[in-house]
Amino acid sequence: MSAVGFDQYHEPADELPQATRTFARLCASLTEEAEAIGWYEQRMAVESDGEARAIMHDAQGEEFKHFCMDLEFLLRRTPLWREIAQGILFQEGDIVEHGEEAEEEATEDAASRGEPLAGGESLGIGSLRGSGA
Amino acid sequence: MSHLLREHAPITASGWELLDSEARERLEPALAARRLVDFAGPHGWEHSATSLGRAREVADPPGEGVTGAQRQVLALVELRASFSLVRSELEDADRGADDPDLEALDEAAHRIAVAENAAVFHGWGNAGIAGILESSPHDAIELGEDCERYPRHVAKAIEALLEAGIGGPYGLALGPEVYTRVLETSEHGGYPLLEHLRKVLGGPIVWAPGVRGAGVLSMRGGDFLFECGEDLAIGYLDHDANTVRLYLEESFNFRVATPEAAVTLTNP
Repeated sequence: MSAVGFDQYHEPADELPQATRTFARLCASLTEEAEAIGWYEQRMAVESDGEARAIMHDAQGEEFKHFCMDLEFLLRRTPLWREIAQGILFQEGDIVEHGEEAEEEATEDAASRGEPLAGGESLGIGSLRGSGA
Repeated sequence: MSHLLREHAPITASGWELLDSEARERLEPALAARRLVDFAGPHGWEHSATSLGRAREVADPPGEGVTGAQRQVLALVELRASFSLVRSELEDADRGADDPDLEALDEAAHRIAVAENAAVFHGWGNAGIAGILESSPHDAIELGEDCERYPRHVAKAIEALLEAGIGGPYGLALGPEVYTRVLETSEHGGYPLLEHLRKVLGGPIVWAPGVRGAGVLSMRGGDFLFECGEDLAIGYLDHDANTVRLYLEESFNFRVATPEAAVTLTNP
């Protein structure tokens, strides 16, 4: 067993399937991008040099992109999460209300179909690379 | 409600769970192509085509002194395997029976997995899909019946790939006949043949129903692209008092970006 540990794994890494490890890595990446976005926001708030601020602004844009790519990957692999996100993101109106409604509708739909929460309507097989022959 | 119309089926929530689980269990060992090629998606049922980044000239433009070109796309295909189940078997499963007869589902899962593998490795001309093995420009290597020589054949295939500048790791797809032969030849000079082949390849050896012969291909990425619209799912067709008709379905396309990245091994 490897002695190397990584923070993104909450359970022993060698007991986790490949797909879950990939999922955990992208969750960790998403967190890091969000942190970086927050840091740049703070730095720009206190920086008086306009040229330096412009560079930070550009760098923050990169983090927005990375965050969105991570998020899209995770949503594609997690249909229930995707369904809830569709009810909340880019909607006008009360965010909390949309959140409650989206969660309720998505989980009820999934339960009525007898699906595993992360399964969606497909069988959720996807790529099998690295899953063993 | 999605196009699968699952809500209309006379199947309980636990019944759907059973069918999905059974299908997954049967499909995963047989979906050989997904163990070896790049997989993009799923992009959803509405996803219809992949842009190929190319255009072709269109003859007879509707005006003088102009030219026309049309963008090229590769449309996704919908692959479906239908099957019927006896409703009383599903009712028994709801009562707690642990041996319901789901053979028709198992057979449909095998059929669609075989078809997916065959499309990826041998192509599907009518759908515009070129297969990995038919696209390879390398001379095919004949495997012969003597399994002890297989590591040499695989090494020769890898040498051909290296000479073409194609790096590894390499995977090996074995059609059922070849796979069985390899399993039956358990040792190569005292060393398990499968392990020996794995060492030579640096990548997986995959049982590939639907593949005729075998193939060595690079898994460095970017050479073989499977694009999935809707991933495999079970949908509902209709039912009567005794049976319910369902289907397994997926939408996908496949393209070979680097034909030189694979070598065909022919079965005697």
